[in-house]
Amino acid sequence: MAQIVLDRLAARFTGGEILAAGTAHGDEWARIRRDAWVPVATFLRDDPATKMEMFIDLTCVDRFGAGGPGAAAPDAPRFDVVVHLYSVSLKHRVRLYGGAPEEDPTIDTLIPVWEGANWFEREAYDLYGVRFKGHPDLRRILMYPEFVGHPLRKDYPKEKRQPLVRRNAGKLE
Amino acid sequence: MGALDWFTTKLTDATNWARKFSLFQYPFVTACCGMEFMSVAAPKYDIARFGAEFPRFSPRQADLLIIVGTITERQGPALRRIYDQMCEPKWVIAFGVCASTGGFYQNYSTMPGADQVVPVDVYIPGCPPRPEQVLDGLILLQERIQRGEGHNQVAIRIDNGYDVPLAAIRPIGSKAETG
Repeated sequence: MAQIVLDRLAARFTGGEILAAGTAHGDEWARIRRDAWVPVATFLRDDPATKMEMFIDLTCVDRFGAGGPGAAAPDAPRFDVVVHLYSVSLKHRVRLYGGAPEEDPTIDTLIPVWEGANWFEREAYDLYGVRFKGHPDLRRILMYPEFVGHPLRKDYPKEKRQPLVRRNAGKLE
Repeated sequence: MGALDWFTTKLTDATNWARKFSLFQYPFVTACCGMEFMSVAAPKYDIARFGAEFPRFSPRQADLLIIVGTITERQGPALRRIYDQMCEPKWVIAFGVCASTGGFYQNYSTMPGADQVVPVDVYIPGCPPRPEQVLDGLILLQERIQRGEGHNQVAIRIDNGYDVPLAAIRPIGSKAETG
């Protein structure tokens, strides 16, 4: 489908920035070295052969001990930041993975490339605790500020509630 | 319990009769149950037949809080504040299983029932409940109002010095001792 995108990436980034690439279910994906995250995104947006004008989605995966597609399992980073891109004019799409290890879960923000990444990165920070370097307003977006921890991490107990308010059971009201 | 505590004047009866047929509802609609709530309010099922005609979108003008849909922990303070703003006496209906128990959500974000935060008089199960169930729940609430046994009605009586033991309050729907 969009092999042209992977070809362009391989031709432009020859210094090992593209850690792995492939096709799954008819869609192309590429695993990007963390320090090349923003340059690769900028290139995909600006290159006339890829023209990824549209930022579709940004989310995160907590591998928690398992390796992702193309990752060498033992030393694979715990978190994968996943970005879906689409070219409206050329009608092709690609999926990018950027690894963020557990001891330093950070990655550069994509806001300078696509403004729309702002709230998506806040969501990924809120639910997974991945920090986006350079984000102007990295606050929680779904959970409340008093919430401790990041609920979609695999080691967060899924039923652990952190109530803001409860009624006094002994009191009539 | 003293016999005087159960002495109910004809005036209270009349007041409660008026209250049960002029419920001003505040619909706290958060989720898909809202569609069914609209159906209840629309002409086909017509909640107006029971006097609960006007949705008031200010809690200060309402005396029936209808909690329609999933309540998250984050919404808890807002829900409690709305309840506190309502004029007494006031009643609460939990509309659907999510508002009653949390429903099928069992996770970090969903409150396991709105009664964690506000006292609920009538629970209507269903996902969502049929309009007939809602009307049935409303009729149960009306009976409860007539008997003066809403949570808030009891609290007011106790605040005024009429101490009614909680055990004396019959479960909702038991009609054996009415009259």
